[in-house]
Amino acid sequence: MPNHEEVLKELNAQFGDKIQCYKVDNDTLIIDLESGDHAYNVLNYLQNDSILKLNFLTTLCGLHFPDHSGAELGVMYQVKNLVTGYSLRLKSYFPIAHPKIKSVTSLFPSANWMERQEYDFFGIEFEGHPDLRRILNVDDMDYFPMRKEYRLEDATRDDKEDKYFGR
Amino acid sequence: MNKSQVEISDNFDGEIATLNLGPTHPATHGIFQNVLKVDGERILSSEPTIGYIHRAFEKIAEHRAYYQITTLTDRLNYCSSPINNIGYLMAVEKLAKIKVPKKVDYMRIIMMEMARIADHIICDSVIGVDTGALTGFTYIWQWREKIYDMYEEVAGARLTTNMGRIGGFERDFSPRFHVLFKEFIRDFPAAFEEFNSLLERNRIFMDRCIGAGPISAEQALAYGFTGPNLRATGVDYDIRIAQPYSSYEDFDFTVPVGVNGDTYDRFTVRQEEIRQSFKLMKDAYENLPEGKTHADVPDFFLPPKQDVYSKMEQLIYQFKIIMGEVPMPKGEVYFAVEGGNGELGFYIQSDGGRSPYRLHFRRPCFIYYQAYPEMIKGSVLSDAILTMSSMNVIAGELDA
Repeated sequence: MPNHEEVLKELNAQFGDKIQCYKVDNDTLIIDLESGDHAYNVLNYLQNDSILKLNFLTTLCGLHFPDHSGAELGVMYQVKNLVTGYSLRLKSYFPIAHPKIKSVTSLFPSANWMERQEYDFFGIEFEGHPDLRRILNVDDMDYFPMRKEYRLEDATRDDKEDKYFGR
Repeated sequence: MNKSQVEISDNFDGEIATLNLGPTHPATHGIFQNVLKVDGERILSSEPTIGYIHRAFEKIAEHRAYYQITTLTDRLNYCSSPINNIGYLMAVEKLAKIKVPKKVDYMRIIMMEMARIADHIICDSVIGVDTGALTGFTYIWQWREKIYDMYEEVAGARLTTNMGRIGGFERDFSPRFHVLFKEFIRDFPAAFEEFNSLLERNRIFMDRCIGAGPISAEQALAYGFTGPNLRATGVDYDIRIAQPYSSYEDFDFTVPVGVNGDTYDRFTVRQEEIRQSFKLMKDAYENLPEGKTHADVPDFFLPPKQDVYSKMEQLIYQFKIIMGEVPMPKGEVYFAVEGGNGELGFYIQSDGGRSPYRLHFRRPCFIYYQAYPEMIKGSVLSDAILTMSSMNVIAGELDA
C-alpha cells in the first residue's frame, strides 16, 4: 500500500497550486482543494495513475458550513483502490450563491445517483450530469432540506428551541 | 450474455406499451416503482422511481445524541439490523478512539454473522418464491425466527434490534441465549442443506436463474457494486478480508465468488456465504474469551443502575450520557463494515458537539440499484422480478 507522504508528494507535483490544505485523520489522507472546479481533474488523475489506481468511488456526499463565507457548500469524494485497499478523501468547496461543480459521472458511472442525491438535499448543481433531478424527495419541493438553515422541527413551533433539543 | 435478450432496433414496428410496475406490487417485495416500456413480455426500458419510504435519517441524525442514532440504523437494511447497529457503533468508537475488549469483538462477530445468515436466508428463499418454489421459503424461515429469538435474548427486540452500546454490549449473553445458540449450531446445517438441495441443482430453478439479469465484473465495479452481488461477478472483494475489523483476522474463512454475475451466481454465492458465516459464528463462539462485555469508558457506557441510585459519580455519568454531553473529539471518520448487501459505510463529521455535524450513510443498495435498468433491458418481465429479488434491494436501505 502506498503511504501518505508518497501520495501527497505526487499530488503536490501535479496539483500543487490547487491543494489548499491536507491532514491525516483516523489513518485517512484528507485533501481540501482550493475553491474552483479542480475535483474532476484530480479524480481523473488519481483514477488513471498507474500506481495509485484509485478507480472505485466509495461514496460522495455534500457538506454545508454556513460560517465559511465564500465556500459554504462542499462535496466530499472518497476514492479507493480495491486491490491495495488505499483510500483517499477529497473535498472541494464553493460558494452557496453559485453551487456548481463538474460532475464525475463520466469517470464513475456510480456517481449518477449519488450526485442526484446531493443535488436533492444540498442543491449542488453538478455540471455535465446526464439527468440531474431530485431522487428521494418529491419533484416539486422548493428547498434543499439538508442545508443547515432548515430546521428539523416544524418552523412554526417556538416551544422547541434548538439549543434545548439537539443542535 | 442474457439468453433471453433480443436485438432491439431503432425502427421497431410493434406496439409498445407503458407498464407501471409498482410502487406497491406484491412481486417486488417492497416499495419500488418502475415505469417499464414493454413490447409484449420484453422490457425495452425502465425508469425507476425511489424515495417512497425516505425518512431523512441523515437530517435527523444531525439533531440527535450519538447513542440515539443506532435506532435509525436499524431501519436501513432491516433484514440484518445488528450489522448496521454494530457498524455504526464501531464508527463512533473509531472516532472516539475507544478500544473494545476481545470478548466484545467476538460477540460482535457472532451477532453480525448471525444477521448475515438471516439476511441471506430471506434473499435466497425469496428467489425461490419468485421462480415458483414456495416450499423452501416456508421451510427455511423458521430458522430466521430462531435467529430472531436469539436477537431477543441479546437486545430485547427482534426486528429493529438497537443492539449493543458505544463501547460494547449492554450485558453478557444470557443463559437462554447459550441454549438457543447450541440448538441452532446443532440443527441448522442439516436443515439448510435440505433447503439447498430443493433449489441448487433443481432443473427448473436453474433454467429460470442461469442467465437472468447478468452483469459483468467491469460494469459492476463501475456501478459501485459491493457485497455478494459484486462477488457473484467474480471479484473477491470483502471488507472482512480487505480491511479486517472486530478481529475478523483471527478467523479462517473463504470468500465465495461467482462467474457470470447472473441470478444463479448471486444465489449460490449467498448460499456459500451462509455456510461460511455459520463457520465463523461457531468458531467465534467456541473461542469466546473471558472478560468484560464492554470497554472501560465511563464517558460513553452507562454505569450499572444500582450504582446510579447510590453513588454520586455514577449518577453524574448517567445524566451526562443520557443528555448527550459526551466528550466526542473533533474530526472525521469513515468506517465501513461488510453488510448483508455490501459495503455499509458511515461517514461521521464531528465538531465536538453532542450530535454529529454531518452523518452520511454509504448504502450499498442505493448505489447498485442504479444498474437495474441496464440489467433488465431486453429481458422478459418475469426475469426482471427475479433480478430484483436476487439483488436483494431493501427499500429501507435504498431510501434511508
